Amino acid sequence: MIQPHRSHTLFLAFLLHRISGLLLALFLPIHFWVLSLTLTAPNEFDSMLAWSDNSFVKLAEFVLVFLLAVHIFGGLRLIALELLDWNSGQKTAAASAVAIAVFVSGIFLLRAI
Amino acid sequence: MQSETVKMNVSVWRGNRRDGGYLSYKVPMEDNQTILDVVTWIQHNEDPTLSYRFACRVGMCGSCAMMVNGIPRWTCRTHVKKVLKDNAIKVAPLRNLPVIKDLATDMDRFFDNWNKAGGVHHSDQTRNDEIELIDPNKPARKIVDAGIECINCAVCFAACDTVSGNDQYLGPAALNRAWTLVNDEKDADRPGILDLVSGNGGCHNCHSQGSCSEYCPNELDPMVAIAGLKRETMRHLISQGKTDA
Repeated sequence: MIQPHRSHTLFLAFLLHRISGLLLALFLPIHFWVLSLTLTAPNEFDSMLAWSDNSFVKLAEFVLVFLLAVHIFGGLRLIALELLDWNSGQKTAAASAVAIAVFVSGIFLLRAI
Repeated sequence: MQSETVKMNVSVWRGNRRDGGYLSYKVPMEDNQTILDVVTWIQHNEDPTLSYRFACRVGMCGSCAMMVNGIPRWTCRTHVKKVLKDNAIKVAPLRNLPVIKDLATDMDRFFDNWNKAGGVHHSDQTRNDEIELIDPNKPARKIVDAGIECINCAVCFAACDTVSGNDQYLGPAALNRAWTLVNDEKDADRPGILDLVSGNGGCHNCHSQGSCSEYCPNELDPMVAIAGLKRETMRHLISQGKTDA
């Protein structure tokens, strides 16, 4: 259970930014390895593409796009806070980053299915 | 005929630096009652050995901060009705500071950090100089005004998880103080302060979790002050590089 002093918008935004960053860091080596197959083993790459056409992978990709989008927009908020002297409405900005990420990943999912 | 007094269940942390635990007390409810009133009632009526710290009782001195139901609060201005949950309240000493006894913590680290962050006035004037007039509408002065109402209660220090994880971290209050001095035209060592707050344990350790600003009882915004220090230290570094070249 999350401790009481951490139950507020900006801490949850921090947590989401960290978790999405970690998961993306874990995903990237796998992503690059799969891409490398186009050069080293094109047949394996083709079969992986065919396998990735199932709905479970589509759902996983939706999560991935959400993580990427929430990390980008959450990161932009932090950069703006620290570099641009733009500091009002931080909670709204953090919530907006999540909303935009849901929108972007939702569009991705609708196009994928 | 006297109506029966309603009582609430209050758990209070009792012990010292080495060990301790929560003890339960039944405290009568009043119409207007703060957490400090509750703690005082326990000391007066249940156990005179209960230790805690307070002074002004009106939210000016910053002495009485404690953890109330897991959240750091100024207890003299926190009404029971605001925080009572299932007729119970849990009171503990502030996080991130060593306990002396019961609810009183050793605040040395908190106050020492003010000095480490350059949080004293650096003057280059004497008593014979004319008093410099500062326009209250200047943007820099408005930044100072936004941060100077800190009462040193250490609520932000207790709320901050960077303080918990990093012994060297100066903490939100000390950095907020440094930010007010960096914007103070009368301070004669602003580059010196920027050097102090950009080192190990300085402003760049802040993860912008925002707990300091969320719980500051005076509604200051240390997170934004620290973001300002990050920006100014970077600008200072770049301008220094240009000067050196």
